[in-house]
Amino acid sequence: MSEFVPKPARPAPITEIGAIGWARKNLFSSIPNTVITLLTAYVLWSVLVPFLGWAFVNADWVGSSRADCTSGGACWVFISVRFNLFMYGFYPEDSYWRPNLAFILLIGFLIWLSIPRIPFKKLGAILALTVYPVLAYVLLYGGFGLEVIPTHRWGGLMLTLVLALIGIVVAIPIGVVLALGRRSEMPVIRMVCVIFIEFWRGVPLITILFMASVMLPLFFVGGTDADKLMRALIGIVMFQSAYMAEVVRGGLQALSKGQFEGADALGLSYWQKMFLVVLPQAMKIMIPGIVNTLISLFKDTSLIVIIGLLDILGMVRQALADPAWLGYPAEGYLFVAFMFWIFCFSMSRYSIYLENKLNTGHKR
Amino acid sequence: MTQETGNIITLKNVNKWYGEFHVLKDINLDVKMGEKIVICGPSGSGKSTMIRCINHLEEHQEGDIIVDGVILNNDLKNIGQIRKEVGMVFQHFNLFPHLTVLQNCTLAPIWVKKMPQKEAEKIAMKFLERVKIPDQANKFPGQLSGGQQQRVAIARSLCMNPRVMLFDEPTSALDPEMIKEVLDVMVELAGEGMTMLCVTHEMGFAKKVADRVIFMDAGQIIEENDPESFFNNPQSERTKLFLSQVLGH
Repeated sequence: MSEFVPKPARPAPITEIGAIGWARKNLFSSIPNTVITLLTAYVLWSVLVPFLGWAFVNADWVGSSRADCTSGGACWVFISVRFNLFMYGFYPEDSYWRPNLAFILLIGFLIWLSIPRIPFKKLGAILALTVYPVLAYVLLYGGFGLEVIPTHRWGGLMLTLVLALIGIVVAIPIGVVLALGRRSEMPVIRMVCVIFIEFWRGVPLITILFMASVMLPLFFVGGTDADKLMRALIGIVMFQSAYMAEVVRGGLQALSKGQFEGADALGLSYWQKMFLVVLPQAMKIMIPGIVNTLISLFKDTSLIVIIGLLDILGMVRQALADPAWLGYPAEGYLFVAFMFWIFCFSMSRYSIYLENKLNTGHKR
Repeated sequence: MTQETGNIITLKNVNKWYGEFHVLKDINLDVKMGEKIVICGPSGSGKSTMIRCINHLEEHQEGDIIVDGVILNNDLKNIGQIRKEVGMVFQHFNLFPHLTVLQNCTLAPIWVKKMPQKEAEKIAMKFLERVKIPDQANKFPGQLSGGQQQRVAIARSLCMNPRVMLFDEPTSALDPEMIKEVLDVMVELAGEGMTMLCVTHEMGFAKKVADRVIFMDAGQIIEENDPESFFNNPQSERTKLFLSQVLGH
């Protein structure tokens, strides 16, 4: 008997691998496919080439007024001249270091908490949730020797981030509690939670913001006039936690009854059961939903423009109305879109990373 | 505390309804310390419901359940105390998939009994050795076979040092060749004097370890006897029919 010798592997034909193989399979596999490919290529070509020419090749980047925009392309000078306004609103210029420092600290904490290799996560989380908010408040608003800068001077990206971040951080725990309450066996608690969720979810955010800025002061007769930003924030947090609660409830319902019974049978208390067994598993299921809600919250912050606070979109729109810069709406809106996109896209990528990381450990 | 000779579990005229449906009808049962009881009966007869009432996974509406001298009512303190004394093994294991085998075993000792982590881990390893899977301690439940998972579930319950173990069809969800490894562990546990209530269709196990076999149908205890009399000389027609179907092939 002759010994078995496997045939040597030959390289795949050129039509199967590499760019040519890929193109054949995906772009030109049939006549209709080829037609669609060519049409798409034509449309892309006729849109992208002029756009790239306008946005980059023929664009003006440096200057100080519209007189410097002469080449006929995009006038990015508009953005660079107004850049500080778009970032900080009417925050006094000599205090820019304060939001900058707060932002750098924020990034530092995010890196600390989101990169697995860095140790002392618990300490980082505690600092980020206790010390940092106070610090950021003092830095942004003032006090302790720092000049007080009232919130109506805040604006731009800084305001967007403040609203989104506080909305996110506060809405998640409230949402979890509401979701647990809605599934509670105690009828009163359940009813309160259902009413709360259905009320806030049934009202448009614009209405809530209007109510917060116009109606609320009417109820406080005589001066207890809470800060406008604070009122808007409370409205946003209520609105978002109602949405968050429903996402969390979806995650809780995806868990089998056996998990609850297993924890009960071992004698774990209600809160131990929830925090040690149920929520860690539910969180994994909830990540896409939570991030979805966070992204929509981030974009919804623009709505505060209707109560007179100017986030980054509001600042840009205001700048567009300036007679000295009439006629550059495309540049302004593209810039805003790009800024929003950067933040939303990175949230989305991080959520995908988190899902993958949690999925490899075990299957459900 | 009850004495070693006393009853560790007493059910007195226990009745339970699911909405309109009367699941348990006047159940009376005394379980002595160290006794092994096998409960059998057709599906829907209320046997699982009965043992799930004992650690209050299900609520009974009438009658008394007394476990180790503690009356089971809606008092959370009593429920908590009873659950500390009573371990339970489920049909579908109900292990926590996000924790390792070892963490599954140490979770309740650490959080419920406030045991230091080191000690809890030592005890967990002892029981994992007893169910013969110490080498799987750092794997996740999803990486184990069904039989291994059920043995982990048994070890997890034992880590709480219970005085009674409840088994709710522990082998019904297992592949045939894995049933034996779980039953072996249960036989060994019985040999060590653990008080056991076991809902199962494994008649061989009943013959081997049970002190008493209970037959239930339609929410009632129809017959209870020692295994030999139960299998060889059943009293009621209903029992005979059931046994002929279970043992018939």
